[in-house]
Amino acid sequence: MNVNDKEFFDVCVIGAGVVGCAAAMELCRYDLSVCVLEKEEDVCSGTSKANSAIVHAGYDAKPGTLKARMNVRGAELIRRLSRTLDFSYRENGSLVLCFDEGDIPVLESLYERGIKNGVRGLKIISGDEARELEPAVSDKVCAALLAPTAGIVCPFGMTIAFAENAADNGARFRFLTEVKNIERCGEGFALTTSGGAVRARYVVNAAGVYSDKIHNLVCEQKLKITPRRGEYVLLDREVGDLVSHTVFQLPGAYGKGVLVTPTVHGNLLVGPSAEDIEDREDTETTPDGTADVKSKALRSVPGVPYNKVITGFTGLRAHEAGDDFVIGESAPGFFDAAGIESPGLTSAPAIGEYIAALIAEKSGAAPKKDHIDKRVGIPRVAELPAEERSRLIKENPEYGQIVCRCENISAGEIADTVRRRPGAVSLDGVKRRVRQGMGRCQAGFCTPAAAAILARELGIKMEEVRKNAPGSELIKERL
Amino acid sequence: MKSYQLTCIQCPIGCALTVTVGDGGEVTVTGNTCPRGAAYGEKEVTHPSRTVTSTVPLEGGALPRLPVRTRTDVPKEKIFDIMAQIKKTAVKAPVRSGDTVIENAAGTGVDVIATKTVPAE
Amino acid sequence: MNRHDIIIIGGGPAGLAAAAAAREAGVEDVLILERDVRLGGILNQCIHNGFGLHTFGQELTGPEYAERYADKVEELHIPYKLKTIVADVSADRIVTYVNAEEGVQTVQAGAIVLAMGCRERPRGALGLPGYRPAGIYTAGTAQRLMNVEGYSVGKKVFILGSGDIGLIMARRLTLEGAQVCCVAELMPYSGGLNRNIVQCLNDFNIPLRLSHTVTRIHGKRRVEGVTVSEVDENRRPIPGTEEFYECDTLLLSCGLLPENELSRAAGVKLDRVTGGPVVDDKLMSSVPGVFACGNVLHVHDLVDYVSEEAERAGRQAAEYVRGGGGDGETVVTLEAAGGVRYTVPQFIRPDNMADSVTVRFRVSDVFRDRSVAVYYDGVRVSKRKKRIMAPGEMEQITIRKDGFKAGIPKKITVCVED
Repeated sequence: MNVNDKEFFDVCVIGAGVVGCAAAMELCRYDLSVCVLEKEEDVCSGTSKANSAIVHAGYDAKPGTLKARMNVRGAELIRRLSRTLDFSYRENGSLVLCFDEGDIPVLESLYERGIKNGVRGLKIISGDEARELEPAVSDKVCAALLAPTAGIVCPFGMTIAFAENAADNGARFRFLTEVKNIERCGEGFALTTSGGAVRARYVVNAAGVYSDKIHNLVCEQKLKITPRRGEYVLLDREVGDLVSHTVFQLPGAYGKGVLVTPTVHGNLLVGPSAEDIEDREDTETTPDGTADVKSKALRSVPGVPYNKVITGFTGLRAHEAGDDFVIGESAPGFFDAAGIESPGLTSAPAIGEYIAALIAEKSGAAPKKDHIDKRVGIPRVAELPAEERSRLIKENPEYGQIVCRCENISAGEIADTVRRRPGAVSLDGVKRRVRQGMGRCQAGFCTPAAAAILARELGIKMEEVRKNAPGSELIKERL
Repeated sequence: MKSYQLTCIQCPIGCALTVTVGDGGEVTVTGNTCPRGAAYGEKEVTHPSRTVTSTVPLEGGALPRLPVRTRTDVPKEKIFDIMAQIKKTAVKAPVRSGDTVIENAAGTGVDVIATKTVPAE
Repeated sequence: MNRHDIIIIGGGPAGLAAAAAAREAGVEDVLILERDVRLGGILNQCIHNGFGLHTFGQELTGPEYAERYADKVEELHIPYKLKTIVADVSADRIVTYVNAEEGVQTVQAGAIVLAMGCRERPRGALGLPGYRPAGIYTAGTAQRLMNVEGYSVGKKVFILGSGDIGLIMARRLTLEGAQVCCVAELMPYSGGLNRNIVQCLNDFNIPLRLSHTVTRIHGKRRVEGVTVSEVDENRRPIPGTEEFYECDTLLLSCGLLPENELSRAAGVKLDRVTGGPVVDDKLMSSVPGVFACGNVLHVHDLVDYVSEEAERAGRQAAEYVRGGGGDGETVVTLEAAGGVRYTVPQFIRPDNMADSVTVRFRVSDVFRDRSVAVYYDGVRVSKRKKRIMAPGEMEQITIRKDGFKAGIPKKITVCVED
């Protein structure tokens, strides 16, 4: 996709992760032309696709920090947006477990922080009360912090919903477009990208683990982001109800420690490990990392059945030395949303809202009159009542043709992913939009059929179907 | 005299066979535990044979490929010659399982046949 | 609600044989529900020969074997629905299915035969470390792409797992011009048949490395190689034994898992070892009127045994809908002990059993010159010497009704002994 030289936008957002998409969505509430540049082939391809999928209640961050503020506001927004934008979210509550009487003061300080941050419903409970709520937690738990407002969300679903709502309201998305350089040009910026030049009055830096590189192209005061690698294991839905709350341990130096949580889709998720690394693309899983996560989780929930693991994955968090988000106008017209590590997913809509308000104020942009607030996702056909499902199948027979039988995803839903804006162009994009291949067979059975639908809808050959970006083609050649 | 080490495939035991071919062409098999093993060992060394299976492109049917095989086993050294000929072959539906797809494949005297019935669409 | 005497879930080798047997046993109203676009199941992609030696006395390819049973179903005019997925089965045998023509339908079945087959163990379940690039396939997916769709998955291929599908694919890829660099097997023995090792690997000089596994997958977009390590007797990688193999594709042939989501939904009790339903000598599960056969019951080595077992399930389902027999009160438990991993069936109801019942099982290790012994309540009643037994192959014993003349045991134990 070549970006036309003459295109000039009010705002250019760098990065189509959850933060970039939230910023684009919020910017589109105003009379601003918005363009999102993404180096990968689709939205939600970096940190946003591999994290704990938690909506944190807001007791972790130090009161007064951006993390604290954005977390609490973000959680509020997600609750509301999940309904208007149709993505999966569930308020399942969380527990922070304490295994040692001596650590109870730490638990109490978390409670205090939560109160200061404005978190509702917090309560310190005894070990027995914790086990009553969650029978699977360890006998060694002596106390716990209960946060009933904590939740779980589908990180792909949320990011895609933000992106689609932004697109519905006029945002343009440019994929496989990596920003190489940024120069001041008149009142704005000239961006050199792998897909040509783009100009914009304002730039929003939501480049995730690359946000320091983008920042340092423009700003005097330099940033340093350290990719912090976190490994996870995902278990079969068969054991997804082992716990109903998100179960944390008392936080340590490297973040919130290893959690055990259900996901909104009914799986059980265990992770993450925490390891600071250099390589910003190193999403390998390692024997040590996996073993570390597995053993630490057993401390909270001794009975995690690891024979039900269906996959493992690694995500990178963008850790900044100051240990807080870097959000705001770091240079005239250049807005950072950098260092967005946990609780970044939760905070994303609040960060977007905050940055959009700053830019609206600076530019004097008025609210858009015909803004579209609602977004309806791809129907989850198999979850509909029988009559409704039959009606949809009558309208589109492909909704009656199941392709992914682990997750019950039909050919119609897979085809829909391509027709959305921004639509899927790769198998990973299909997977993130409708969960095809996310089940227990991990796309073993449905890859050929899903690839064929993708090829048909994109008007390309099977040999051109990719898992994600160029170079990830599935098929070598026709026989 | 030449000697060959083979694994017998006549039954799950998988005896380790030693087959020697004398200068006069006489064959001796040791390591076998039954006569089938001896026969296998001798054949494997003197004239080994295999069934070749593959697919050919199919036009006008519900399937893009038609599975095929050699009607009987063929000399092992002819496998790649037969594959080369199979790769140059295409078939139109309808076709019945057992129909000849290639006559006298690679000069072996053995035909390549369809192994699936596919009606015309 | 529509009603059918017998609904068969799955139109692969098990479902087809069960349907034909049920019809031949006199039940007219039999319906097969199949999710794929054609009958025959996985055999459609198994284009190699080696099927049917026991059943037909000749070596057929997968499609040929399947066609014989599909033809029979056609000749008997047994109705079937293709591209139809069963969404749910309830304990009172209400089947909910979905297809493009009819939408969501619920039907009452007099009896159900579960014949959904199995699936392959994926990369995630194996816990293989490294990146997650394109080019990692289970052997069966690669087989389907090649043999049914006509695409080549890779040029330079590494295969992990020496299961038969992996071995067959090693040959298939080689014949199509790909280079298969190696087959690695975690265990100290191969999971595949000798015949396949000889004809699929040795014929093409493809090395088989036992007690080795993949310890790292390289390549961010597409597979660029794998690191392979030797493993110790506890199957743990030995540091310092790492070797790098350059390849663009990794095939996995590391075991099959019966696909029992529907069985679970119906409340069918599952065996932790087989992953399939716990059944009696009539192949009936813990839910009355729900029978199971083929790879959904336990993973078979030969399709011939699938057909035979499925015919049994079909006949018993027919017997059930005709209200025949009755189960009786007595239950004899079959126990797998020392060296025997499981038995199918898991129990026998002697009051109404056939004159003889075939019990199939697998052993846990390679055993040479050992015996299979059968005990009735601790008393040995038979002992049979075997030259070789291996986990890759099913074994069987026969329980005869007249063997109970001296009294019906509470427990029958099958084990390996010297």
